[in-house]
Amino acid sequence: MAEAFLWSALACYAAAAVAYGISYRSPGIFGRAATWCVRLGWLAQTGLLVVQVTEAAGFPWATWSASLGLFVWLVVTAYLIWGCRPRYRLLGVAVMPLAALLLAVAYAGGGATGGAGRYSSLFLVLHVGLVLVGFAGFTLAAALSALYLWQERRLKRREAKILRVSVPSLVTLDDVAGRTIAVALPALTLGIAAGVVRLALHGGGFDALMGMTLATWAVYGIFLLLRYEAGWRGRKAAYLLLAGFVLVITVRLGLPAAHFS
Amino acid sequence: MRLALVGTSHRLAPVEVRERVALGEREAAAVAHELAAEGGEAVCLSTCNRTELYLAAEDAADAEARASALLSKLASLSESELVPVLYRLRDQAAALHLFRVAAGLDSLVPGEGEILGQVRKAAELGSTGPMLDRLFRQALHAGKKARSETAIGENPASVSSAAAALAQQVFGELEGRKILVIGAGKVSELAARNLVSRGAEIAAVANRSVARAEELAGRFGAKSIPLDQAAAELAGSDVVVSSTSAAGFVLPREAVQRVLPARRGQPLFLIDLAVPRDLDPGIHDLPGCYLYDIDDLEAVVADSVAGRRVEAARAEEIVVEEAERFRAWQASLDVVPAIASLRARAEEIRARELERLEGRLGALSEQDRRAVESLTSQIVNKLLHLPTVRLKEAAAAGADGGVYADVVRDLFGLRDDAGSDRLPR
Repeated sequence: MAEAFLWSALACYAAAAVAYGISYRSPGIFGRAATWCVRLGWLAQTGLLVVQVTEAAGFPWATWSASLGLFVWLVVTAYLIWGCRPRYRLLGVAVMPLAALLLAVAYAGGGATGGAGRYSSLFLVLHVGLVLVGFAGFTLAAALSALYLWQERRLKRREAKILRVSVPSLVTLDDVAGRTIAVALPALTLGIAAGVVRLALHGGGFDALMGMTLATWAVYGIFLLLRYEAGWRGRKAAYLLLAGFVLVITVRLGLPAAHFS
Repeated sequence: MRLALVGTSHRLAPVEVRERVALGEREAAAVAHELAAEGGEAVCLSTCNRTELYLAAEDAADAEARASALLSKLASLSESELVPVLYRLRDQAAALHLFRVAAGLDSLVPGEGEILGQVRKAAELGSTGPMLDRLFRQALHAGKKARSETAIGENPASVSSAAAALAQQVFGELEGRKILVIGAGKVSELAARNLVSRGAEIAAVANRSVARAEELAGRFGAKSIPLDQAAAELAGSDVVVSSTSAAGFVLPREAVQRVLPARRGQPLFLIDLAVPRDLDPGIHDLPGCYLYDIDDLEAVVADSVAGRRVEAARAEEIVVEEAERFRAWQASLDVVPAIASLRARAEEIRARELERLEGRLGALSEQDRRAVESLTSQIVNKLLHLPTVRLKEAAAAGADGGVYADVVRDLFGLRDDAGSDRLPR
């Protein structure tokens, strides 16, 4: 059952990625089809998560691969909030290939079966849940920044075809990315705090990944500080968000080596 | 009832002829009433690019002749002089033409939006009856459908609307965005008006002649400033529209660079409509600054119009579908009188038979009597349902509805006006 849900979700996300790619060249039916693929894939993945919850003895996403699956679900959920609007559809060009790829990686790591209940505790649930919400927000902000840079480049190059593709305005992309970070960073902060409490209760050492997570927190903290204090907006802010996202991906894919072992 | 169209447009007639037959709203209404007074229905659609008379009449040839004569009188030209620039269309072809007009497919710029309002107004001012009322309602529907289901009317078709559309690419909604207008001439005013129509506000007008700046600023509730103070307004502006006759740059790159820290990363969109250019091209290289000159804007317009032409092919399919629906409706009118007569005849027989049995039915209770009435009505309706549907289908499918209607009349001995001419006893 879990396998069927996972394959359905993977197929839908991959189809959405392809359809979004085509819709960039020829907007219209492919954009709408891609959004429907995302919705269906999200439903299938939600089914997978429900199966994981019912089959696991404890917290089902305590393994690296299962938590990666949950991360993908959160990213797609956040995307669906905006992606259903026609002007934001192109965001799918950045988000959906990444979602399909990470879900495939999660599957390769055994993500369909869910995790064991080894670390079941309230603080672990809070830690994993909040950190993943924060990372999902950073991922969405990175996609918004990528779209910003692409749209900005088109305006700078004065492309005659600029009005053919419907894209949110620069100001909108910049604002939404900033607001996404303003929500995601507190979630990460609380997630880190929950992790620290769990560490104090159950013991354990400080590992490299914790250091990377703190570095990620610092980058996004600096982003918000610069944005509200120094008026950092536009291209520089977009590059900073993409740099932060490199850390997010490193943390996500670096987890099996250092954190769950 | 037949539909006829007589008209002329930019496709056939030069402006010298078009201006002679161009009518204001009141005159167009008077023309429609004059034509309708002689029998039938009439609508006059008159814009700067076309004057068209739509008529619904029993005799299409006579309606065309009257319309041609009227246009000839309006243009003060003989009919033979006018004939080469007139088109005459009937029934489905006339409907298809109006639907194309409403969709903007017959306009100079495909998909232009103004024509839809003009078609609506013409219908309101015309002398419409069942035929033209239906025709114009369906034309408006076709025009809206073509615009909502294709992108024919989406992208700008003029330099000023392209500038506004580009500003929206930077800011999104322009509500509350501040415009600095440099130069108080017609060109910059037109571009600024387009931005204002989308919610932006003119904050200041800078001009060499302060009197002219004051005049333009006064119209928009903005302040006027001397030209050399334009740079000082940049910190609080979102969009700059410039069109002066200055020989050099009115706004050098350094002046813009100086205000950037005060703008705290807010983008600045600059439109340079002047030749020679007013704004230093180097401004475009500054972070958050987007400068478009007249060539850039014209390239965007050219691409946009080309895009509209591609969309026009899809819009054509929509109007053809709508014209086919109108044809089916118009064809069904041929059999409506026969259907009405058939139903009247059946009802007459039913009523007569019930009357004949009055003696025997008198013994029935009121409830039983109503049951008998209902039963006989249902029998009549069920018997006539299939022939009615078949008649309408035959007419709509393009078969000769008139022949079917004649057969029904002959078989049942019907007359359209009275229902029947020889009732069987």
